[in-house]
Amino acid sequence: MALLEIENLHAEVDGKPILKGIDLSIEAGQVHAIMGPNGSGKSTLSYVLAGREGYEVTEGSIRLDGHDLLEMEADERAVAGVFLAMQYPVELPGVTGMTFLREAVNARRKAVGEEEIDAMGFLKMVRAKAKTLGVTDDMLKRAVNVGFSGGEKKRNEILQMAVLEPKFCILDETDSGLDIDALKVVSEGVNALRTPERSMLVITHYQRLLNHIEPDVIHVLAHGRIQKSGGKELALELEQNGYADFVEAAA
Amino acid sequence: MAATVDTVRQVEEVTGRAYKHGFVTDIDMDMAPKGLDETTIRFISAKKEEPEWLLEWRLKAFQQWQQMKEPNWAKVGYPPIDYQDLYYYAAPTQKPQLNSLDEVDPELLATYEKLGIPLKEQEILAGVVAVDAVFDSVSVATTYKKELEKHGVVFCSISEAVRTHPDLVKRYLGSVVPAADNYFACLNSAVFTDGSFVYIPKGVRCPMELSTYFRINAQNTGQFERTLIVAEEGSYVSYLEGCTAPQRDENQLHAAVVELVALDDAEIKYSTVQNWYPGDEDGKGGIYNFVTKRGACRGKRSKISWTQVETGSAITWKYPSCILQGDDSVGEFYSVAITNNAQQADTGTKMIHLGKNTRSTIISKGISAGRADNTYRGLVRVGKRADGARNFTQCDSLLIGDKCGAHTVPYIESKNPSARIEHEATTSKISEDQLFYCMSRGLSTEDSVGLIVNGFCKEVMKELPMEFAVEAQKLIGISLEGSVG
Repeated sequence: MALLEIENLHAEVDGKPILKGIDLSIEAGQVHAIMGPNGSGKSTLSYVLAGREGYEVTEGSIRLDGHDLLEMEADERAVAGVFLAMQYPVELPGVTGMTFLREAVNARRKAVGEEEIDAMGFLKMVRAKAKTLGVTDDMLKRAVNVGFSGGEKKRNEILQMAVLEPKFCILDETDSGLDIDALKVVSEGVNALRTPERSMLVITHYQRLLNHIEPDVIHVLAHGRIQKSGGKELALELEQNGYADFVEAAA
Repeated sequence: MAATVDTVRQVEEVTGRAYKHGFVTDIDMDMAPKGLDETTIRFISAKKEEPEWLLEWRLKAFQQWQQMKEPNWAKVGYPPIDYQDLYYYAAPTQKPQLNSLDEVDPELLATYEKLGIPLKEQEILAGVVAVDAVFDSVSVATTYKKELEKHGVVFCSISEAVRTHPDLVKRYLGSVVPAADNYFACLNSAVFTDGSFVYIPKGVRCPMELSTYFRINAQNTGQFERTLIVAEEGSYVSYLEGCTAPQRDENQLHAAVVELVALDDAEIKYSTVQNWYPGDEDGKGGIYNFVTKRGACRGKRSKISWTQVETGSAITWKYPSCILQGDDSVGEFYSVAITNNAQQADTGTKMIHLGKNTRSTIISKGISAGRADNTYRGLVRVGKRADGARNFTQCDSLLIGDKCGAHTVPYIESKNPSARIEHEATTSKISEDQLFYCMSRGLSTEDSVGLIVNGFCKEVMKELPMEFAVEAQKLIGISLEGSVG
């Protein structure tokens, strides 16, 4: 059985149907990419997977490791191993990066009945991971995302991912707002987290991210449905022809 | 917007949790009859075996109070208080003269344990906190006295101080908050029953944090504590005040007066965690907290710092202030005020700059949820002779949900052209984005709100002494970042 199984997923926002029957299964260790034009439902899919309030699932199912994600709140899904690296990471004034990470890790430990994490050991572990992502000590002491540049925000997201060690990662337009150097650092960080047990879903507009994070499968999303799936060649095809074929085909 | 509605509901669930300290201790009370007249005041004074001058002082205050009108300028609303329908003196029946905690009514001790402040345990945690615990109107236990005596520090109930240090009490009582200062302070002057007295001799750094736990228990009994702290030249003291109260059907009036005096180079740090019963969801039965707190920086280079975390009471009316008389003296006010359901808070500070190069800092964080109203009201006044006076004020309001209110009312009066006064204010909401961001990292809704509020209050919370960290955490449901350990 695949790590993530999405079947016939329908979802709406404020009564407006956005996802209209998505079927997707991702094996453990695989990286899938979802590409599609604006308004195709890419971000909605990521929020529905992460369990954001206001994104109503009207039909279908989502299973992670056999567990029904739709039965869980956002925090329970996170504890179960879902991680969403956001397109627009949110500012938390007054909450330092280190505190945020510690709270997140302790929330997981509490959920499985473990003691709170040892503060010193945790500090060391986070610093080591931060270093490889170019996240400075200063950034960890500052309030989460407050005054961060676009690149700093995205690196910070990947650091959270590295520390929380999720089973299933969703990267929502992680390449947006990044220059080529920042893109490289972030991609290397993501690639370092690829393991045979962990799956990823990379959501992007552009093929360029996929040069750095090479997916096993690419899907084209338009009008709330997956219109086509294929290998790397599909991304190149899209890069040349754009989404016009899919937008028109479904219209 | 479905998402917004859901967020509001979630937050309501989290913030609407019932008050945990609502219980009543069953103890025989020794009471004055209901109502207030000269007889009541004589009864109180006689009960306390007070000297004639103090009785006279009380009676004079009472006469003045009868001429005064209850103030109505604050942004709070409540039905008229019938001052004749209250008890003005209630004391737990106990053996006179306690030699140790063993002699304290076990039921009293059990009450404290329910509140999470077991005295016995505190006694074991030697040298950390001295407790002069006030249960209703009479102090029932005083610990760590010996250690303090070694340093010449006086820490006792004010009734005791009247007997043991009459000159000090006579010199300073009412010297910062005159008896007729305002309606509630005047009432307090007439009928105050107990409170704490602290005296730090010249050059002494008080060896421990001084702490008092207040608690209202008797039905219909107004609480009128009177606290007086005097710090002589070059001395330092940190005083902690915290309180919780049991559930009640009828409103309870609480009109305390706190006076601080700091002489040359002295520093007083006064911290409060206030968790009086806020009433039910409609505010019914909650405490009316009408408090006058004022510190006088009489000496050069003296400093008074107020830190308060106000989470309880149906109504809070409180403006801990500093009179900066001494040249180069410093006043600080750090405040977190949280109101939920039907709670109303009108709180802030007054910084009165009289001496040269006096400085003041005001950091106020107001958090409103439910249908609550939260007002910051602050006065910064610079006198003619206060050359080089400086003030910085920052008022931030955080709204949770869409039915609450936040108001900022700054009064600024400067009579000296060299003064520099800055005022910053912001209002924000806990956004659905922030909640989702925290939850998507595994934090429960409750922990997410706690974390966000904690971040919002950070500048104030870090001013609290560590001994208060745990309580503040309990009260606001937040984890204090890096303050312990």
